[in-house]
Amino acid sequence: MKNKKKVSFPHLGNYWVAIEFLVKNALDADYIIPPPITKKTLELGSMHSPEFVCSPFKYNLGNYIEALEEGANTLMQTGGLCRLGYYGELHEQILKDLGYDFIFINLAKVSYRKPYTFFSDFKKVNPRLSISKLTNYMALMIRMVKIIDKVEGFIRENVGFEVVSGSFDKLQKEFLEALRKVKTKKEMNDVYQNYYKQFKIIKTKKPKKPLRVGIIGEYYTIMEPFSNHYIEKELAKKGMVITRTMNISNSLFLRKDKDIKTRIKGYLQYDIGATGTDTVSEALRLAKDGYDGLIHVKSFGCMPEADAMSVLQNISNDYKIPILYLSFDTQTSETGIKTRLEAFYDMIEMRKEKR
Amino acid sequence: MKIGIPRAFLYYKYRYLWETFFHELGCEIVLSPETNRQIVKDGINYAMDESCLSSKIYLGHVHYLIDKCDYILVPRIANFGLGEVVCTKFQAAYDVIANTFRDQNIKILNYNIDHRKKQTEFKAFMKMGKELNKRKFEIIRAYFMAKQAEKTYFQLELKKQQELLKRDSELKVLIVSHAYNIYDKFVGEPIVKYLEKLDCIIIIGEISPKQEAKQEAKEMSPTLPWTYNKELLGAIKLYQKQVDGIVLMSSFPCGPDSLVNEMIIRKVKGKPILNLVLDEQEGNAGMETRLESFVDIIKLKKDVVNEKQKES
Repeated sequence: MKNKKKVSFPHLGNYWVAIEFLVKNALDADYIIPPPITKKTLELGSMHSPEFVCSPFKYNLGNYIEALEEGANTLMQTGGLCRLGYYGELHEQILKDLGYDFIFINLAKVSYRKPYTFFSDFKKVNPRLSISKLTNYMALMIRMVKIIDKVEGFIRENVGFEVVSGSFDKLQKEFLEALRKVKTKKEMNDVYQNYYKQFKIIKTKKPKKPLRVGIIGEYYTIMEPFSNHYIEKELAKKGMVITRTMNISNSLFLRKDKDIKTRIKGYLQYDIGATGTDTVSEALRLAKDGYDGLIHVKSFGCMPEADAMSVLQNISNDYKIPILYLSFDTQTSETGIKTRLEAFYDMIEMRKEKR
Repeated sequence: MKIGIPRAFLYYKYRYLWETFFHELGCEIVLSPETNRQIVKDGINYAMDESCLSSKIYLGHVHYLIDKCDYILVPRIANFGLGEVVCTKFQAAYDVIANTFRDQNIKILNYNIDHRKKQTEFKAFMKMGKELNKRKFEIIRAYFMAKQAEKTYFQLELKKQQELLKRDSELKVLIVSHAYNIYDKFVGEPIVKYLEKLDCIIIIGEISPKQEAKQEAKEMSPTLPWTYNKELLGAIKLYQKQVDGIVLMSSFPCGPDSLVNEMIIRKVKGKPILNLVLDEQEGNAGMETRLESFVDIIKLKKDVVNEKQKES
């Protein structure tokens, strides 16, 4: 196969495993995993980005450049409800101005009224693609995303209490590697069941009433650990339950619109855009559930999340739940974040002891 | 009945519509004053740090109106259909105001435009009229009067601008900026005044045949989602040949503009472009130097072109 396309998509947590699965199986193309995000990735992205665009744009651009350098020749971008909806077109323009030669599949162009446009975009990569093949593998990819999310959810709630440090991390890596090898639904289910069992028997020592902290906020920064300075790992070290509902499956496939609508009553009359409404809804759910604290995460200048903050402040007052607001940009200092997390942890722990 | 209207944000886009509508319904309008230092200060005080300057100013205006009227008008606009959205700031405006001033007994008169949920402008105004206890017939009449007034004013502005565009001997600068920035006393006016002092004629991107502009924008940038930015982008295409330079003027850190301005700089060729980002810091000295050197450049370019024309 001489003309096999080399497809790449920007990093977002561990979802590259599911995207690789779709590209390899449905599109019959190679998948170029962007090199792991480093400071250099961010520097590359920032250098060629407009100055005050939100940082996910810069991360994505850095991923593209590094993937192109690794030989990728077909790039993908999604659409979205905030600035994300315009990312693709500008990414493409910037990369073309830099002199790169590639095919750009911009899903923001897809008209949801005409699903066929979606299909024809993918057909550019694999001319022999059939609708049934695409829908079949799409369904499997969605399943894989759900599996990844389910496992990560379990890890988040338990990793803080592992007896042998690093055991969850190690098993997760094995799990993802095993997932990369699956080809069919059956294999996928087997890997899931097998590993979920193994995760469950990892030795943990959980106190009866551990501290519980919820993480809420903006799509990218909350899901891409590099961009939030691995706060989940930092928190786990302190030994607490971490809940983060915002992930791909819950926002795209399992979103319970009705529940959200009822929950936000009294705080929001309308949908405030992008993830803002989900943030408010989740804050209310966790506050009512008696969580010890919330951490709000976003990239600098994120419009919908800044709006959500004015509501979060009222929720914080009404439910007496402390909220730590973290905003990340390309200059955010590692120690600054650590110190603030430390202080937040001390505060919620003291509050818990008092009660 | 006193309706308070914050003189900020969408006021500058819909002032004729709003003012005529409430006037026809027999309501008294209380307009907040031109943006001043105190309003900016109050706005900054109430707003989230990272909100854009324009939205901070908006909060300052709303704060000014509290206790001075029966209702404060705060519209919420989500979209004008598929692919025609506005900045999420307008989508969230109602809820942000309601939450920010929750403890101050604020009474909001609100209308909601969300075409994807079948909430059109007409429906929105009907609901608003009902809230004010007006009769159906009265509301419909007021709305159509308001629409007519809006149309008349737009045409008048457009005509004035067409006249300005014909003046070939002077330097013409196209300012591409959201209505709430260019018309604001604190944000845009100092820039406009200074350019006028440098003997430039100001062409305002916001004043354009909107449908035509949007069509142009679609060709230049097919996935651009924001309606207000489309109007501005299309205006560049419509006016670019008749002006000597283009000034992009945004408030820090405007989300849509952060991307769209970059696209403009990369795609619009042949005219000098100055990208100004305004924040709440005082002092225009830096701005003035930049404007001066920009005007020098476009003057030089114009002279060169004129020379060439004389020679041939």
